Amino acid sequence: MQDFSFPAPPTAPDTAELRAEVRDFLATELADYPAAKRIRSWSGFDADFSRKLGQRGWIGMTWPKEYGGHERSAIERYVVLEELLAAGAPVAAHWIADRQSGPLLLKVGTEEQKRSILPRIAAGEYFFCIGMSEPDSGSDLAAVRTRAVPVEGGWQVNGTKLWTTYAHHAHAMILYCRTGSADDRHGGTSQFLVDLTLPGITIRPIADLSGARHFNEVVFEDVILPHSALIGPEGNGWAQVMSELAYERSGPERFLSTFVLLVELVRAISGQSSSDREVEALGRLGGHLVVLRRLSRSVAGMLQNGSNPALQAAVVKDLGAIVEQEIPEIVQQLLATEPDLRSSDSLSAVLGYAILNAPAFSLRGGTREILRGIIARGLGLR
Amino acid sequence: MNETSQIVKDTASRLFADRISPKLLLEAEAGIWPAEEWALIEEMGLPFAMVGEDDGGVGLDDVDAATLVRVAGAEAVPLPLAETMLANRFLAAAGLALASGPATVAPVCPEDRFSLERGSDGWRLSGTAHRIPWGRTAQTIVVLAEMGPQCFVVRLGNEQIRVEPAQNLAIEPRDSVIVEAVLPDEAVAPLPIGWGVDDLIAMGAALRTAAIAGAIGRVLEMTVGYANDRVQFGRAIGKFQAVQQSLAVMAGHAAAASGAADLAAEGLSQRAGSMAIGIGKARAGEAAGVVSTIAHQVHGAIGFTHEHSLHFLTKRLWSWRSEFGNESHWNRQFGEQMAKAGADGVWPLIAAL
Ligand SMILES: Cc1cc2nc3c(=O)[nH]c(=O)nc-3n(C[C@H](O)[C@H](O)[C@H](O)COP(=O)(O)OP(=O)(O)OC[C@H]3O[C@@H](n4cnc5c(N)ncnc54)[C@H](O)[C@@H]3O)c2cc1C
Repeated sequence: MQDFSFPAPPTAPDTAELRAEVRDFLATELADYPAAKRIRSWSGFDADFSRKLGQRGWIGMTWPKEYGGHERSAIERYVVLEELLAAGAPVAAHWIADRQSGPLLLKVGTEEQKRSILPRIAAGEYFFCIGMSEPDSGSDLAAVRTRAVPVEGGWQVNGTKLWTTYAHHAHAMILYCRTGSADDRHGGTSQFLVDLTLPGITIRPIADLSGARHFNEVVFEDVILPHSALIGPEGNGWAQVMSELAYERSGPERFLSTFVLLVELVRAISGQSSSDREVEALGRLGGHLVVLRRLSRSVAGMLQNGSNPALQAAVVKDLGAIVEQEIPEIVQQLLATEPDLRSSDSLSAVLGYAILNAPAFSLRGGTREILRGIIARGLGLR
Repeated sequence: MNETSQIVKDTASRLFADRISPKLLLEAEAGIWPAEEWALIEEMGLPFAMVGEDDGGVGLDDVDAATLVRVAGAEAVPLPLAETMLANRFLAAAGLALASGPATVAPVCPEDRFSLERGSDGWRLSGTAHRIPWGRTAQTIVVLAEMGPQCFVVRLGNEQIRVEPAQNLAIEPRDSVIVEAVLPDEAVAPLPIGWGVDDLIAMGAALRTAAIAGAIGRVLEMTVGYANDRVQFGRAIGKFQAVQQSLAVMAGHAAAASGAADLAAEGLSQRAGSMAIGIGKARAGEAAGVVSTIAHQVHGAIGFTHEHSLHFLTKRLWSWRSEFGNESHWNRQFGEQMAKAGADGVWPLIAAL
């Protein structure tokens, strides 16, 4: 059985000022931003907003200054992230680049990749998407079929990526694909930095069940990548993609996706004489978030210390998705308000959005079952 | 944790692990007081863990004291360690003599209160407190009673109370304590301004949260161990994905309970002023239910027997989640705070915890 402990999160007595600064900024910037949009949480896309965050120094916060970063602590970054999420700020444009693509490049990218890309990410001007899933490779990521073969001057890529969030707005993709034999499930894969304007790339949007368009199919047809596009050593893709997932799974966005609905529940309950049942249900959800937040901050501390909290991150994401999904469930049990995406009533619209998006919370970033498999491995069962 | 605290914790862990056997737990269920084990605990000074060195205590900080209770919870230690620690803490806070021997506190149910009056013949204390841990065994009973805005500590000997025995599911004494007494000045002293009965309930809740987290941690270990050992259909049952998924759920709740206990322990110094204690108690209580259910499911029929030692922990988990305020009590308290904070204040409230 691996160590499952969550050490006390690093104390950061000096974050109060930063927190106040972010709150002030959000109060001004989002003054007229309605709850019906805030509930999109980290799926809300606004390139201008991301640029403003970049100007404030709130993207790439922990990265070295020489690459456009700000050399702040992981806990300071955490404060900014959770304030943005709690306010329902539209952070999707830069979120993936800040969370995982940038850190991946910083860790294994070439000097040229770091110098040319990281400062633009930190400025909030260069956006990434994640090229992992494919039609026949979802949970079984090692089954990817998209292939890059060495050719004169670089690599030639063919294949299809699927569910690629905001590929249609992103500048670049981190592509995970096969470079070796299909029998070598792990060793035969690599990662590439792909400029999405290259010829041969077709991005086709896919509507989700509500009709919204955020994810895409991305088809590669004889796309030529330069040698300089390879990230890390050839054949090291699996190890890299796994470390990327630790970043992808550990943040506060894994339990705050429906926080804006909880705020609307508070508004509904505190406005009238509330029943014991409502107050109790509210307190339970709030308490769950407080405990999750502690565990999640502990993971941020472990990442900062350079330890590998992949197991703890899986635990937080699994517990977090449950609470994210319980919030709409419990609001629907408690209140008579009918969910309606297009309602002018905030609660109704926010509830509608939360219900329609809740199924994704335990799919994206690794399904519930896959996370529990990781936890079971940590317990020494597999 | 500093070096002294670490030594106390390690020594206590070893002591509990060595002495608290299934045989001893069965005897405790039969009503036999583990006198030798209590003596060893006293020798280590554990009953005074939450009393400052200046007041004659060990002077661990509150978080380390809670860790001791957590370690005891993992071994299902059938002794009033947390209760005696609390009793002495309140005696010291009121400047009364510390208790020698096992002690307990009252009231422990959020709605129970004693009445205290100053009569011509002394202090009159009267009332009934339910579900008092080890009420019949304690040599000293530390009662908190409010008179107007002032809360007093009353130090009673066991001859001054009447006990109606009752017990929790683990057959730990949870007695009704009935008091009708006139007491001299030496037995009654005021607590500092701002302290009240709620502080006792909250601190008790924090220590029960610690015990729950300890017991849950051990139940997880036992259940994973069993899943790796027990063979059906030619392989360890832990190799079946359905069992793995259940154990992963258990591990998630165990992590939450552990974080909840940390939050509650850190809240101890603020007593009832800490929202973290109630949040922790409620979250750990919820985990206690899920973890016990899965543990028994994975253990099969053998885990349902009196012979197997799983029940020493699960019966405590089922009991402890109801003690010192159940989930409903604490969730409602935090819910009220959230509603009071309002839509704009609810995030700042959460982020400050
Ligand atoms: C909103 C959204 C955004 C996304 N964005 C991106 C993105 O930007 N980039 C990207 O690469 N991907 C993205 N994804 C894809 C996501 O990573 C996959 O959906 C996920 O990995 C699961 O793959 P799948 O959908 O093919 O389901 P499958 O893998 O086919 O799973 C279907 C079901 O079977 C279960 N299952 C599968 N294997 C096992 C097993 N071994 N044991 C037990 N159960 C199993 C799963 O848990 C699930 O319940 C996104 C998905 C969503 C919903």
